[in-house]
Amino acid sequence: MKVKGRVWKYGDDVNTDVIFPGKYTYTVSERADMGQYALEDLDPGFTKNAKPGDIIVAGKNWGCGSSREQAAICLKERGVGAIIAKSFARIHYRNCLNEGLPIIISSEVQGLVESGSEIEVDFEKGEISAGGQVVKFPPYPEFVQGLVADGGLIPHVKKSLGLA
Amino acid sequence: MTMGKTFAEKALGRAAGREVSANEVVTVEPDFCMSHDNTGPISRTFKKIGVANVWKPERLVVILDHGVPAPSSDHAVNHKEAREFMASQGAPHFYDVTSAGGVCHQKFCEEGFALPGLIVIGSDSHTCTYGAFGTFATGIGRTEMAAAWATGKIWLKVPESIKINVTGRFKVGVTAKDFILKVMGDVRSDGADYMSVEFHGDGIEEMSVAGRMTLCNLGIEMGAKNAVCRPDGKVLDFIKGREKSPSWEPLWADADALYARAFNYDLGEIVPGVAKPHTVDNYAEIGEVAGTKIDQAFLGSCTNGRLEDLRAAAEILSGRRIAVRTIVIPASWEVYRAAMRDGTIDALLDAGCIVCNSGCGPCLGAHMGTLAPGETCVSTANRNFKGRMGNKDSFIFLASPYTVAASALAGKISDPREVL
Repeated sequence: MKVKGRVWKYGDDVNTDVIFPGKYTYTVSERADMGQYALEDLDPGFTKNAKPGDIIVAGKNWGCGSSREQAAICLKERGVGAIIAKSFARIHYRNCLNEGLPIIISSEVQGLVESGSEIEVDFEKGEISAGGQVVKFPPYPEFVQGLVADGGLIPHVKKSLGLA
Repeated sequence: MTMGKTFAEKALGRAAGREVSANEVVTVEPDFCMSHDNTGPISRTFKKIGVANVWKPERLVVILDHGVPAPSSDHAVNHKEAREFMASQGAPHFYDVTSAGGVCHQKFCEEGFALPGLIVIGSDSHTCTYGAFGTFATGIGRTEMAAAWATGKIWLKVPESIKINVTGRFKVGVTAKDFILKVMGDVRSDGADYMSVEFHGDGIEEMSVAGRMTLCNLGIEMGAKNAVCRPDGKVLDFIKGREKSPSWEPLWADADALYARAFNYDLGEIVPGVAKPHTVDNYAEIGEVAGTKIDQAFLGSCTNGRLEDLRAAAEILSGRRIAVRTIVIPASWEVYRAAMRDGTIDALLDAGCIVCNSGCGPCLGAHMGTLAPGETCVSTANRNFKGRMGNKDSFIFLASPYTVAASALAGKISDPREVL
């Protein structure tokens, strides 16, 4: 799988409250409605202008704070192609994988791009082309690969229970 | 020579039925699965999997708290779905909007589900609170919970561990909250990412179980997978007669266990402190922020809504009058009633506070005390992120019950030691 898109660049410690504000957690219940609020309290420019395939590039601890899964769903529904960060908070990391939203840990990419740059991610090769350079990233751990290959946790569980 | 085991290695090894070490991945059966108002959406995802029944209905614990009573029709729909789902599954542990309820993490512990050595997963990040009882407890997302209900299994990487050695005793006006805010400032909001945080030492043994719950509750704010204290006599006394499972067993780390990092603290050196807006690790000693004007004070939440927290506030507010609106929310109705019986609630009402029904209240910006643009709140809760209390142009300082009470009295952030 390859993803090519425009970068939205952010800093460290972006929390799930600014990705999907708490006031919507029990008032917006349809997945399809969640994308329109993505990053509302962080970057209204993204909320207004993000396009399918765009790529988020961030610093350390992306997705810290609440376990709210809508923080992953709203980005998935918005069509985000991948999230590349120096590190991810644990629960959000799992939520993204469970949603089938591609995430990559890289300490280098943030320093190579600006918002609006075009970058390409090649998941088979484990390569990101950014700012004229190619950055390698390791494959997911083996037990996560099956999850990702099946498109997220629910299809993965259905398959494992013979219900797919 | 083999190294000793950390708490996480022992608890996950016990659940996996074999010896395990940090960074291994294990698949375990959870002893309890906690969820709250998000049970409605989880049940919808569960139905998509195509399994008719949850693997063991008695393992589900559902406690409504995020918006109780329902502040909107949307919230009410969630409650209705949760209620109907639990009934349809014949699942016995459902805590509806009644006087047997409260904030999920407080109720979970009061009801005796948080037991030493058990594995608990919860679809809420503050599930780590149960570590105060020696439970391995960790937060997960909704989809993951739906999958666990269907399969009775969850994969977990055995975390590496951080050891926090704690000696000494608090001075007057200083509490577990001041201590953990300092620790969060030192470890930083990602310093314990994916890790198990163990609190050791006589400083912890001296501390109340309620204080230990405050410490473990805030483990997630350092990124931790779980946080834990040794289940000592105080814990065993608390759980006696409340146990909801027979299979618990006190576990603790070996003296020669291997740690990724270690920190040392003397509680006698801790002073009242705050986390300044807008990050939990933006620590400052009280002297640096004293005098900051506030518009609201909030005393409550799973972090600091327990009886000793309400009593601490009453100690300062009794016979005095608050200067700004002050919202008090006991963490459970058990706490509420105890605070009624001992006169704490009266003292807070006499001082001008309003006391709301038990629940999460304004902590996550849902209702009962959300902020206007430009307003500042000093709060005993757990997060001061931008927008957390309902408006992105407001400001939240996290502090102890003493500091919140002293600040409510003055209308500005104040050192509680000056009024105790």
